[in-house]
Formats: sequence, structure tokens, C-alpha cells
Amino acid sequence: MQQELNPFNHELEKAFSAHSYSHKFDNHVIFATTKNLLTVMGKLKDEFGFNMLLDVCGVDNCQRPKTEWSHGVRFESVYHLLNMDKNERIRVRVPVDVDNGEIVPSVMSFWKGADWFEREAWDMFGISYLGRKKERLLTHHEFVGHPLRKDYAADHNQPLSESLEIHFEADPSITPEEAMKREWINIGPSHPATHGTLRIMAEIEGEVIKRSRLEIGYLHRCFEKMCENHLYNQVIPYTDRLNYCSSPMNNIGWCKAIEDMMGIEIPDRAKALRMVLAELSRVIDHLVCIGAGAVDLGALTSFWFCFEQRERVYELFEKLCGARLTVSLTRIGGMAQELPVGWVTDCLEVVKIITKNIEEVDRLLTKNPIFVQRTKVCPISAEDAIQWGYTGPCLRAAGVNYDIRKANPYYFYKDVEFEIPIGQQGDNYDRYLVRMEEMRQSLKIVNQVLNNLPSGPYQSLDKRVCIPPKKEVYTNIEGLMNHFMLIMKGVRPPVGEIYSATEAANGELGFYVISDGGQNPYRVKVRPPCFAIYQSFSEMIQNKMISDAIAELGGMNIIAGELDR
Amino acid sequence: MSTNKRLVSALASRSEEDFALDRLIVTTKADSFLEWAKRWGQSNSLWPFPFGTACCAIEYMAVVGPKYDASRFGAEVVRFSPRQSDLMIIAGTITEKQAPVLKRIYDQMADPKWVIAMGACASSGGFYRAYHVVQGVSRDIPVDVYIPGCPPTPEAVLQGIMQIQDRIKKGVSSYDDSRKVQEAAFDKAAANAKTSTH
Repeated sequence: MQQELNPFNHELEKAFSAHSYSHKFDNHVIFATTKNLLTVMGKLKDEFGFNMLLDVCGVDNCQRPKTEWSHGVRFESVYHLLNMDKNERIRVRVPVDVDNGEIVPSVMSFWKGADWFEREAWDMFGISYLGRKKERLLTHHEFVGHPLRKDYAADHNQPLSESLEIHFEADPSITPEEAMKREWINIGPSHPATHGTLRIMAEIEGEVIKRSRLEIGYLHRCFEKMCENHLYNQVIPYTDRLNYCSSPMNNIGWCKAIEDMMGIEIPDRAKALRMVLAELSRVIDHLVCIGAGAVDLGALTSFWFCFEQRERVYELFEKLCGARLTVSLTRIGGMAQELPVGWVTDCLEVVKIITKNIEEVDRLLTKNPIFVQRTKVCPISAEDAIQWGYTGPCLRAAGVNYDIRKANPYYFYKDVEFEIPIGQQGDNYDRYLVRMEEMRQSLKIVNQVLNNLPSGPYQSLDKRVCIPPKKEVYTNIEGLMNHFMLIMKGVRPPVGEIYSATEAANGELGFYVISDGGQNPYRVKVRPPCFAIYQSFSEMIQNKMISDAIAELGGMNIIAGELDR
Repeated sequence: MSTNKRLVSALASRSEEDFALDRLIVTTKADSFLEWAKRWGQSNSLWPFPFGTACCAIEYMAVVGPKYDASRFGAEVVRFSPRQSDLMIIAGTITEKQAPVLKRIYDQMADPKWVIAMGACASSGGFYRAYHVVQGVSRDIPVDVYIPGCPPTPEAVLQGIMQIQDRIKKGVSSYDDSRKVQEAAFDKAAANAKTSTH
């Protein structure tokens, strides 16, 4: 599906014609080699304004049709960059001959945020990056092999005998006197502030953190490997458990990616319902973040207030599908089911109540001197935030006006009235304020959409994705065949790749999906917003008190489900 | 003689039940009463250690939250120190990387202790038949109650807590069972060693 090119595309095409430039599904694609990667990246960053690195990941091509291979080499390192002014995304594919010891130059010199992404690519595929240590990130340190390679069996477990000991590398710049004053403490993974799954090894002097190492992967549930073994619609329950505080948003992100790939336009009613669910889940996600973050600072009361509101939304979800937390509400091509009678009225009532009640949370916290002093820590500048690949409330708190709902309005976001709150300092207090305001704006959106809810079908009538009504299945042969094909062969997007992003509660949730035309996705890479944000944590808490680190952790809203996947 | 006669007749007039009552009051009853009181107290003042790792932890928050309110069952004093708690609630997926941590924390809990595996992942690995997910925590630690669901509803969790209370009142715990098995195995091994040396 070659789309119409705008002037920017022409410029890109002219500059990168030697790199077999193409443009598909709103993504620009170019090929680079390990030799010219850094030149290409420099050019993209400086001349074309691709100032944010969204994602780096590996791909194993060995079971793909040869025509899709990049230059006959098994592995690929794939980069996704974002130009925030023009809202353009580009994919750079670099073939890597891992078996012959080819090493990819690291793009850490352009973006600090490449750090963990490159480590993960080594962990999962064994792709080496120049000057980077080969450290496990998501799997444990005794793990052998690279699990996302196609020849690694999905159910091959490798038990771990002993946890990784706390350790730091010897640093020659630390004098023996200084070293004498320092000691090592271990925070997490089972610690109330680390939510059970993050581990921080800290070297402290008094109460000040001098150095820290982060250990993640305690909730690495192999989402991407599981996707490769399931049908496209079966992946939806797995996406529920990425950011489990706001499940519907992940469902929407996944389904949107597949729909874009298949060129399916979902009905207006489905679009509107998805917006309602997305905004409701943004509210409950922020409620957990604010409530749990305040608990970490010792304020239990606001947590009860937040959770009371969350329960109201749970009730709405329960009426809709029977589940409270992991809802799987969408299907490829629309929604899972029609609204029950009276749901809209209930929802409007709940919106009214929550709008009123979050002001109570506001009164409890916003001007509370202890809360203000504890959270006005660890500021981050806009440049640094972009360097690290921040998105979502944390980026906007640093003063960058970027929200996909405004920059590239999908569904009906261009038709509803809402504003994007922007912070100034980028500290935790600003993040809190941004989240509070986003909740108000989200409730406003829900109100507007529900008051103008379009009628019509809730699911697309496209035969490639949607089972025909029972009556047709039983009475005519076409319906019967259609039903049979969908059940037996599943949804099958055409051969190709897509990177599709939506604005989730924590920031840009991107799905990079490769289809080989089969019934299972060939490769799925999630670009989780937390991952990019949390990798900066070590630098953010350097020379800060331990208590500030705890506050920072609450403000970043790290959800292990999408961090470790 | 006459005094003796009177004593014998008095003893004869006492029924079997009176003797039984004596025995009960002096020996059995006090012990069992104390035991009963201990169990009653224990079951109604559980101090849970939430080993929350994933989605179930969010649902567990709802259990202790204002609507479902676990304090109605005396199980709301959530402690994040294993030393202070007697009920471990494993809420979420346990991965291979997490398993040694879980084992270590379980060992740190004081005896007597009980364990709830909350949700499909903790019970059996759930729908993650994957290379990094432990297929059920019972591989590493003894579990008392499994709660089905993904995640379980708060009502189900409350029922799980009530079942733990029942087990406590009956004096049953998987920890004791596993310890007995271990001790028996140890004794057997020791006996074998003894016979082989002879």
C-alpha cells in the first residue's frame, strides 16, 4: 500500500535512495549496513530532525521468506526513530551477520536511551554492539542461549540456582578513603517501593546514593515469544497483562496495529467506544500511580480515595465483559461485544462522581507541604528526557508538548476538545500535576464521546477478520465458508511489517509487528514506555538521598508487566 | 471401719462422668482450650506478606482497599517484612529469576506459616508456558491454598483467606506436612547410612 508522499517524504527519498527507501503503513523504511549505520543515523538526527530513538530490537529472519530477508543475512538490528515536530517515524534495518562475528556500532553516542535496548537485543538474539558489555538484561545471569531466536524452544525452562549477588565494578576514580566511607545496600526486588519486581543495588555514603545498578527482568514473562506461538486474536489477552493497570489501552494498541496492517477501517461506534475505554483506563492508571506513589511517601489516606474511584471504573468494566482488571475488550476489527443496556448512563454518572472525587485527592496532596517537599526532587530537562526516550506524562512534565493524541490524532481525537497539560521542571511534583490534569481532561473526553456516541455496528464487517452473524452461517454457503476459514485459519495479515503507536497512560506504546502471512505473528516487539524511562533512573538518583529515589520511583510509574514483558 | 465404709459408699455414688470430668479439667481441657484459643487468635489476626509481582498484586490492592476491606477478616495488617508475617500471598507470576528470591523470603518467615498462591500464574504458570516462567510455585515452596482466576476476583481472594483460617483452626499447614516429609526422608537416609556402616 504505497501512500501519497508529502514533501518531507520526497526529501527523505532523495537523500536515502541508495538505502532502498520505502514508505509503507505511515512508516519510512531504509536499509543501512553496519559500516554506514552511524553516518545514516547522524544524518537522520541532524538533518531530518529524528531526535528521539524509540526502539532498538533484533529480528531473526531464518524462517521468513527469502525475499523479506535483508541481503541474505539471518539477523537484523532494527531501529525506530521519531521526528516529533512532523510526527514522522522511520525504521532503519541493519542486517547483521552474527554467525560470522559481525558487530553493530552502538548508537549510544547519539542517544543515551539506546542503552537497555541494545542490551536486550544481545540478550534475546545475541547481536553484539561495539563497546557494549554482553550483560543479561531480562533473563537471569545463568541463562544459556538467546531465547527469541527461532531455534530456541518456547517452553525450554532454565532454573536459576542462586540470585545475583550485589556487586559493583571497581572504579579507579574512587579513592580508598572514599571507598571506606561507602557501603552497598540492596533494595528489592521484594521491597514495598519497588513493587516486587525491580531491584536496585546502591552504593551509599551516609544516606546519599553514589552509584547504583539496576536489575530488571523479574517479571520477564516472554510476551514476545508467546505472541509468536499464538493467533493474532489470541495475543489480545497477553497484551492485557503488559500494563495491567490500564489493560484496555494495550488491547487497543495491538488491535490498531493489526488493523492498520490489514487496511481495515473500524466502524465509528467501535472507534468511539475504544476512546471511552482508553480514557477511562488512563484515569485509573493515573489513580494507581498517584495513590501508590503517595503510599511510598507515607500517605495512606489518598490511596483509599484513589482506589475507591478505581473500583467504580472496575464495576463498569465488569458490566461490560465480566472481568475487572484484564478485560480483553477489543477484537481485531472492532469491539468484543455491544454495550449492555444502560451502560452509557452508568458511565456518565461514574464520570460525574470521579470528576468530583478526584478533587478530594487534589485537596489532600497538591498543597500538602510534606508531599510537595518530598516530590520536588530529581528534575530532568527536556533535552535529557528526549535523549533517554521519555514519552507520556514524564516527557510532558519536562516541558515537551508531545502527545500522539494531538500530534497524530487517531480515532476521533481531533474532534473532541481537550488540552495537554505541560510541566516546567520535569520533577515528580510536575509529573503528579500533569497526571492530575490529564485525568480531568480524560474525563472530559469520555463525557463528550458518550454524549455523541455514534450508532451502528460495533465490529467491522470485513470478512478477513469478523465472523459473520450466526444466521448467515446457518443459512448461506458463503457465510459458512467464511466462518470456517476464520476459525480454522485465523486472522492473517499480509506479509509485511508495521510499527504502530498509541498514546498509552505511560507514554508511547508501540507495537512492531512482522507478519509472514501465516496465522501467528512472525515477530512482535513491544515498545513499552516504562522501559525507556526506567533506564535513566540510575543517573537520576545519583547523589540523591535514598528517600528521593523512592519518590522518583513512584513518580516514574514503572509497571513491571510492560517493563519486563 | 465405719469411716472407711462411708468413703467407699461415697466413691461408689460418684458416677463415671464425674471421674471423666476430673481428668478433663485437670489435664486435657486446659491444653485443648489454650490450643483452641491460640488457633482462634491466629486465624483472626493474620499478617499477610504480599509477594506481589504482577497483575494479581493490583487486584490484591483492591482486596485490602475500601470496598472489599480484608480487615473484616482480620487480615489487613500487610507487612513487607517476612519476619513479621505468617501468611504469604504470592500475587503474580513467578519467573525463574524471581524464584530464588521467593524461596529465600519464604525461609525467612517465622514458623508457623501459611501460603496462598493467588491466581493462575502462581498456581501453575497460567497461560505463560514460557522459558522464563516457573510452572507453579509449589515446585519451590509448599502451598496451602490455590486461588483460581486471572486475576481472581477479590471475593475469591477473601474466600482463600477464609480457607486459610479454617486450616489454622484445624491445625493443618502444608509447611508442617512438607517438614514431616523432609524429616522422614532425613531419618530414612540416616538409618540407611547406619545400616551401611555396620
